[in-house]
Amino acid sequence: MTHFVKKALADIRSNRFLNLITIITISLSILIVSLFLLFFENASRVIESWNKGGRAMIYLNKEFNLDMLPELKYRINGLGDIDEMVYISKAQALEKLKKDMSSQSAFLKTLKKNPLPDALEIKMKSYNSFKEVQRFAQSIKAIEIVEDVEYGQGWLGRFLKIFNLFKITGYTMCSLFFLIALFITANTVRLAFYSRKLEIEIMRLVGATETFIKAPFYVEGLLQGLFGGILGLGILLVTYVTISSGITQSLASYLYFDIRFLSIKLIVLIILGSTFLGWFGCYLSLKQILK
Amino acid sequence: MNETQNKNSIIRLFNVSKRFGGKLALKDITLDIEQGEFIFISGPSGAGKSTLLKILYLAEKVSEGQILIDGMNLARISSSKLPLLRRRFGMVFQDFKLIPTRTVYENVALVLEAAGEKPAYIKKKVMQVLRTTGMEKKFKALPPTLSGGEQQRVAVARAVVGEPSIILADEPTGSLDSKSAQAVLDFLMEYHKNGATVLIASHNLHLLESTVRGRNIEISDGTINRTATML
Repeated sequence: MTHFVKKALADIRSNRFLNLITIITISLSILIVSLFLLFFENASRVIESWNKGGRAMIYLNKEFNLDMLPELKYRINGLGDIDEMVYISKAQALEKLKKDMSSQSAFLKTLKKNPLPDALEIKMKSYNSFKEVQRFAQSIKAIEIVEDVEYGQGWLGRFLKIFNLFKITGYTMCSLFFLIALFITANTVRLAFYSRKLEIEIMRLVGATETFIKAPFYVEGLLQGLFGGILGLGILLVTYVTISSGITQSLASYLYFDIRFLSIKLIVLIILGSTFLGWFGCYLSLKQILK
Repeated sequence: MNETQNKNSIIRLFNVSKRFGGKLALKDITLDIEQGEFIFISGPSGAGKSTLLKILYLAEKVSEGQILIDGMNLARISSSKLPLLRRRFGMVFQDFKLIPTRTVYENVALVLEAAGEKPAYIKKKVMQVLRTTGMEKKFKALPPTLSGGEQQRVAVARAVVGEPSIILADEPTGSLDSKSAQAVLDFLMEYHKNGATVLIASHNLHLLESTVRGRNIEISDGTINRTATML
C-alpha cells in the first residue's frame, strides 16, 4: 500500500498542473454542495425553532358557551402535545383589540355587537414537521364547536414552498457539479494513463498484475477527492467565519438564532463523498480504457 | 510428439504458425528447448525471430499450433495467470524498454515490487544485481542520462533480478558498440551457467559465434532453416 501511495503522490507531483485543476474542480463542486447543505441545515433549524412551542389560535363558533369549555379542553388535549391552553372570551378579545388599536379604536365604539369569536390560544410542544402541525390543526378543526384554527399556515407554508424550491435547485446544482467533477477526474486519470502507457506496457511485460498497475491510479483518484473535499470545505469555513462574524454584529438584535457551520457528521460525510467521487471517476475511466 | 522431446524440455512448440493479416510470420514451427540450453535464434531482419519470442511471452497469440512452457499450455492460460507466467521470463529488448522517468534502481526494482517482494529483500537484491552488472554507482540515474551500453546493462539487470528460469533477449546487442555488446553477452552467459535457459534473437551471427556456446536455430521466412550446435 505504501508503494501505491508513494507512486500516486509522485505522479501528482509530476503532473502538478493537471492534478491541481482536478483538485480545484472537485473543491468547487464540494463548495457548492456544502454551501447548499449549510443553508439547508440552518434553514431547517429555523423552521424547527419556529415549530417548537409554536402558538395557534382556535376560534370557536357561536354555539359555544362556557359550560362546554372543560370538555373542549379535554378533547383538544387528547389530540396532541399541548404545553399551555388559555381561554380568551370574545369580550377579552375586543378589549385587547381596542388596546392594540388605541389611536384608531374610535370606530370600534360604533359596533352594536361584538363581532369577535371566543377563542383558545394554545402553545404547542415540539413538532417534527410542518405537516404534523397541519394534521394536528385539521383534527382540532374537525371538532364541531371549532370555527377555524390559525397557526401561521400562510407565511410558514409560503416559506416552506420557497425552501423546497431551494432544495430542488440545490439538488440540481449539486448533481450538475458532481457530474462535472466526475468528468474532470475521469479525464485526468485518462490523461495520466496515456502519459504512462510505456510504463504500463513494461509493467505488464515484467509480470505486474492488473491490480498492481491500476492501484496507483485509484489511490491518485482517492487523494484528488480527499484534497478537493478538504479544500472546498476549507474555503467554505473561511467564507463562513468572515461573513457570519459580520452578520452576528449587525443583525444580532434581530435574529434569535445563530448561523452554525456544518456538523462534524456532515463534514465527515462530505469528505467521504468527495473521496468516493475521486475514486469513482478513476473507476469509470479505467473501466473504459481497459475494456 | 517427436523424438527430440525429452523430460527436460522447458519450451515446446507444436506446429506453431503466426499470421499478421494475410502474411505468415511463422510457419509450422515445431521446436523443443531443454532446460539450461543456450539458444541463439538467427536470421535476417523480418525472418520471424522477434515474433517467435513475442509468442513465447504472450505479447502475441499464435494463429495455429500449441506452446508449452514448463508443461503449461499457453492457449489455456487465463489473463489472471498471465503475470505469473511472465515472472518466469526475464526479457531484454533492443530498445531497452526502460521507464525514462524512473531511476535505474526503480526500473530494476519494479520486477520484484510487481512480484510482491518485501522492501528489504528488494533493496538487497537490486543492489546486488546492479553490482554484478557494473551499474551500482549509477543506481540513482535516470535512463535517458545513460549511454546505450549502460541502459542495456540496466535492462539485463532487470531481466535477471527476479531469478527467472528463462531469459528472452530480442536483439540485445543491436544498438550497442562491440565492447558493450560483448559485456551484455558475457553477462547472459554467466547467468546461463547458473542453470537458466537463454534465448537470444539476433542477426549478428558473427558476434554470437565468437562468444556463445549453444544451439543456433536459423530462421528464414518464418520457418526453421537449420539447427546447429555452436562449439
